[in-house]
Parts: sequence; C-alpha cells; structure tokens
Amino acid sequence: MALLQLQEPGESTAPHEHRLAVGIDLGTTNSLVASVRNGISVCLNDADGRSMLPSVVHYPRAGTTLVGRGAQAFQVDDPRNTLVSVKRFMGRGVKDVTHIESMPYDFVDTEGMLRFRTAAGVKTPVEVSAEILKHLRERAEASLGGSLVGAVITVPAYFDDAQRQATKDAARLAGLNVLRLLNEPTAAAVAYGLENASEGVYAIYDLGGGTFDISILKLSRGVFEVMSTNGDASLGGDDFDHRVFCWILDQSGVAPVSDSDARRLQALARRAKERLSTEEEAQVRVTLSTGDEVDLTLTRETFVDITRTLVNKTLAPVRKALRDADLSVDEIKGVVMVGGATRMLHLQQAVGEFFGQSPLTNLDPDKVVALGAAMQANVLAGNRTADDDWLLLDVIPLSLGIETMGGLVEKIVPRNSTIPIAKAQEFTTFKDGQTAMAIHVVQGERELVSNCRSLARFELRGIPPMTAGAARIRVSYQVDADGLLAVTAREMSSGVEAQVVVKPSYGLADDEIADMLKAGFDNAGEDAKARAVRELQVEGERLLEAVQQALLADGVLLDAEERAGVDAAMAALRQAVAETDAKALRTALDGLSRQTDAFAARRMDKSIRTALAGHKINELKV
Amino acid sequence: MDLQQDYFSLFGLPQGFDIDKDRLEQAYRDCQAQVHPDRHAHRSDAEKRVSMQWATHVNEAYRTLRKPLLRARYMLSLRGVDAGIETNTAMAPAFLMEQMEWREGVEEAREGGDVSDLEHMRQRLDLHERELHQNLSGQLAEGVTDGELAADTVRRLMFIEKLQIEIDDALEALED
Repeated sequence: MALLQLQEPGESTAPHEHRLAVGIDLGTTNSLVASVRNGISVCLNDADGRSMLPSVVHYPRAGTTLVGRGAQAFQVDDPRNTLVSVKRFMGRGVKDVTHIESMPYDFVDTEGMLRFRTAAGVKTPVEVSAEILKHLRERAEASLGGSLVGAVITVPAYFDDAQRQATKDAARLAGLNVLRLLNEPTAAAVAYGLENASEGVYAIYDLGGGTFDISILKLSRGVFEVMSTNGDASLGGDDFDHRVFCWILDQSGVAPVSDSDARRLQALARRAKERLSTEEEAQVRVTLSTGDEVDLTLTRETFVDITRTLVNKTLAPVRKALRDADLSVDEIKGVVMVGGATRMLHLQQAVGEFFGQSPLTNLDPDKVVALGAAMQANVLAGNRTADDDWLLLDVIPLSLGIETMGGLVEKIVPRNSTIPIAKAQEFTTFKDGQTAMAIHVVQGERELVSNCRSLARFELRGIPPMTAGAARIRVSYQVDADGLLAVTAREMSSGVEAQVVVKPSYGLADDEIADMLKAGFDNAGEDAKARAVRELQVEGERLLEAVQQALLADGVLLDAEERAGVDAAMAALRQAVAETDAKALRTALDGLSRQTDAFAARRMDKSIRTALAGHKINELKV
Repeated sequence: MDLQQDYFSLFGLPQGFDIDKDRLEQAYRDCQAQVHPDRHAHRSDAEKRVSMQWATHVNEAYRTLRKPLLRARYMLSLRGVDAGIETNTAMAPAFLMEQMEWREGVEEAREGGDVSDLEHMRQRLDLHERELHQNLSGQLAEGVTDGELAADTVRRLMFIEKLQIEIDDALEALED
C-alpha cells in the first residue's frame, strides 16, 4: 500500500508512488512499448538500442520460443514455424484471410478462429500475439525496474469485437493488466494534439503494416472527441509489398517458387518499397535456391502504377468517415499521417490532393501510436497531474445488431456511437409454449446476416411457456470503454431471468484461456495455484489502496454504521492478503466490493454535482 | 441526483425544444470529465461499474438532446405522449401522398444514377426539415398542453429522416 511505502531520498516528489504503466503498439509488422518517464513519453529500447520489435515469432522444434529479430532470422529457412503479421489473423477464420494460398503456414482447418500447426504444437493467433506482448512486458520491466501496474494496448479503430477481444485475451495471456484498449488513431491524436496544443477538427490517416484507419477528431480544450471512424482491417503496407512481390514474379518469370524463396522475395519487395521513399529507383537482385537469377529495377513510376488501386482503396473510407461526421474536406484543419506505410511519397501526395493541404508528418509515424498510448496509460494508472487534464471520447466503428427472421439484421447500436453505450430491444416468441430462443449477435453495416460478422450465438432458456407473442424478451447490448460488447437477455413479463450461454464465433472460450494460462505456468515451471493466489493478493492490495483513497477523499459520505461495515470488510481483506488461501481471498475481495457499492455511487453523484455547480458559476461570469 | 432525473436537468438546461448547443456541449463534457471510465480506471471495481453506468447514461442523454428529432420525441415522452413509432394511420392523406411521390422520385433518381437530382432532393428535404423544427419550437413550448400537434410534426420528421437516409444510401452506392 502506498501509504506505508518509504520513499528513497530524492527519487520522487509526487504525493504518491509513481505507478509503472506502459503503452503498447501491437503492430502487424513491428511492435513498440513506451512509458512516461519524468513527465515525458519515451519508447523503451532493447539492449541494442532499438525500439521496434519485429512482430515475428519463431517456434523451434526444441528450446525456447524466439520473438523479434531472433525469430526473423528463421523467416527464410523455416517459414512454417516462423509466424509474421499474425495481427491479420486475430479473431479471423481461415475463410476470411486473403492470399492464404501464398502463405507458408500449416493452417488447422477448424471452426472459428484459425490456428497454426507448428513445431511447438497447435497455436492460435492469440497465443502468438501473447509471445510478442510478453517480450515487450519483460523489456519494460527490465527498463523501468519494477512490475507493471497495467498497460494500454492499441488496436486499429476499425477492429471489430472479435479482433478486440482476441487482443485483450492475448494481453491477459502475456500477464498484462489491460488498463484500456485504445484505438490507434486516437492514441496518435493524443501524442500529436498535446505536443502541438492543437484545436479544431483533424483527420488521422493511419496506414500500418496490415490495417488502415481513418478517424475524424475534434480537439477542443483538452477533449479529444472522435466524430467518426472508418477503415479497412485488412489493408496495409503488406499489401503494397505483395504488389511488388507479384511484379517481381511477373517480370522475372521465376514462379512458382518455394516457401523460403517466396519469403526471400517478399523481404526484397519490402526493401525496394522502402527505398522508393527516398530514391528514384530500387534494385531487386537475388539468386534463388533453384539457381534462378532475379535482376530487376523498380522505378517510382512503376511502383505508383502497380499500387494505384491500393491508394484509392484508402480514400473510399475517408469519404465515408467525412460523411458520417457531417463534414466537408475544407472543414478539416489538419491531416496527421500515422503508420510506417505513410512514408510512401505517392500516398502522401494522394492524401494531400484529397484534403487540399499537405499532410502533417512531423512526428515519427512509427512511434506516435505507442507514445500516445503511454501517455494515456500513465493517466489511467492514476499518475494524473494538473497538466494531464485531457479526456478521450471514442466511438464504436461498426454497428452491432441481432439476427431476425429471414436472416436479416436489426441494428441495435449504430456505428460511430460514443462509448460506453447501452441499448436494448424487445423481442417475442413466435410459437405457443416456446421456452427457448436462439440469439445471434452480429457486427457490420449490411442488411443480411451472411454479409456481417458473426460475434456470438446465445441460447436463452427457461422462458415460461406462454402463447406466441406474449413473452417479452429484452436483449441488452452494453459496449464498454474498450469497445467490447456484453450481451444479456431477460424475459420481462414473468420477471424470470433466464440463463444465457455464450459461444463466441471467432474467439476463445474462457476455459480455453484458463487452460492456456495454466500451460504457460507449467512451462515456466511455475505453480498455477501459487500464481493465482499472488494475483488475488495483488488485486486485494489494489482494492485496499483504492478504498483507502476514496475514504480519505469522501469518507464523510458514509454514516457511522456504513463506515464500520467498510472498515470491517477492509480488515477482513487485509487479513486474507496476508495469508494464501485463494478462496478466502476471493470471498474477502467480494465482501469489500459489496460493502463499497453504495459508497461508489454516492461519490459519483457528488462529483457530477460538483461539475455542474462549476458549470453554473462559469455561466454567471459570462 | 440519480439516473432517473430528466436529461435537461442532468445538464442544467431549461426544458425547451430550442437548445443552446454550446451550453449543452460544455455541460456534456463537464459531466464526462467526472464520470468517464478513464477517470476511474485505477479505482475499485465498484467505482468502475458505477462510472460505466453513468458515462453510458450521460452519452445517451447527450445524443438524445443533441438531435432535434430525438429531442422532440423525448420531450413528448416526458409529457406522456408516445409519438407513435411506425403508425402512419394518424397522418393526413395529403402528407402520405406526398411521401409516396418523394419515395418514387428517389427510386427513379437512384435507378437513373442521377446524382444531381438526388442532391437537389436532399436540399429540399433539409429545407422542409428546418421549417418543421421551427414549428416544433412553438408546439413544444412550456404551457402547451396538447401534445398531438407536436406528435404529428415528429411523425413527419421521421418520414423525412427515412427519406434522407435513403438518398444518402443511394448517393453512397453511386459513388462506390
């Protein structure tokens, strides 16, 4: 607990301990971790001084899993066990992936999220991402000198619920406490907006390795309000590489090539693309394993030609985002370019022409997302200072709906709604005596279920038998601040709460994650039970500290009896934290949580009243 | 203060159809600055839960008051009048006739791929929408006890909104 901690002389003048928190940009091609140190957001480097970790994981036949450059070394020689751009597979099935035929992996054909067969066993994209996150967590802990309170993980704004959930699951597997999933363009806006003290409406154009986002944000007096967002969750720099790769095959006539030669040519294609951001032309020269020689010159002109359709593909979402925000191009004050792929000159030119102004590129497009995420993580962890008085109001990118008769979608939460948001809709039974109802949750803009993304299927059981149309089943959607959906269903007329069983369509079930966590501990030679107890103890300490601070600030909101109840629950939890009984810990945690429910509600009422009182005083002055 | 309080009081605004948008926006931001989950991320689960509830409520209140049609329907519901979603039986035959003509016009322009025609119709609808908003201001004024006039205007506005969406969808389809 902070109150009991001794401060090292001269280490910090803050009234409470600085909690270690990081922002992680989990990218398609590269990942970064950043943290706020001495008030400044910085990327944390590896031992060689490099901030970017290639998002590559290698599973060897024996020995430890490799991540980053160490894994990259195996890309050509062992492509099947070396997974790159795994972000593209998060929350996706085999059928969703384009160019799957040209990928060197051994996909497991299964329902739901796809899996890879590797030398280390079958792996889900979630587990592969968890390896990358774990690597970054360890880098951060070594660099910051302590364990992390939590992390903000960034996701493409256009990620759907399955992709977001998969990302959060990966973080959990990596042993990270997720403070928030933050949309990448919003994170970039935080870094950019605070750095430049900007006001007005900005467009954030974010083209990463495998995803494209456009967000329109209104920046005003410290509030970052996302007005609309759009994008393409499977369009990025990788696709430009692929065009160059196809051009190489086409020009040299060496196809078909082996998996390892394909990897070699893909790497060359990428390098040629990168070169063209500074040079007029790039050489592609290599001898393949077959002895075939490739010797080509890619000019800027050809590159522009073969990738023109991709550039245009990004402009359609931009138009849609503007329309959803009800804005015209000339109302945009600035366009911020984010993501390594925005280094391409013809892309900058096309975006500049579209908006009628030169895009802003003064912050490193590779780092800006991680830097913004770290700033937000710092604030969410409770290190807010007077200067950190900003607020992010983000939206949900895609409408959430439910399947109705005839395979049609009824939208419940419209896209671009500010989160958190809750909506409910009532449905009824169509047969006499019907006691169960199937509920299918989907996401997307199209009218037909088959054209939308399936998120989950529910079975609502235990509806009391009634005549058709008499039951009133209320289905409620709640989207939290991470953009994640929770669905509940209840039969209203009888007051009976029916049971809901969720089966995620492209996600991992809770028990699967629990198994993976356990397997991870076993691997590390850790006792899963001891680990669980430690986590509960940390949670207990965190809760005790939070309640302690709440009591210090607003203890007067409780009467003597209530205060005694809270004190007793705190004492019980303190006792449990000192021991190692998991069940007792859970009970004590729940006990204190219950005792403070009403207190929490009263504290919120008080702060709202204060906010509005301040508001009225401001008006009097005008 | 509780979650049952009406949206106008929540934001400290006088109840009325004509609303001071800047004041609404400022009050919304002041509220979110207090209740948003980002402000409570380091607190206990109980506080996080309350924060999400409140932030959800404040978002819903803001969305409702910001949009004229939602605002009008909400004001009617406060007076116990249901604007009668999807019941066009109460509508004047002349209005229904006009709606059919509009719809046919949109359909024709869509099939003919006539962008300028669609845009022209959109402008005319927007103009009509503004007129109806002006009517609502009086129809929902304090002291007006008969809600039926306002309910009728609200139903007209709902038709107009549907047409606007149809035109926008048609324009979008032609663009792609």
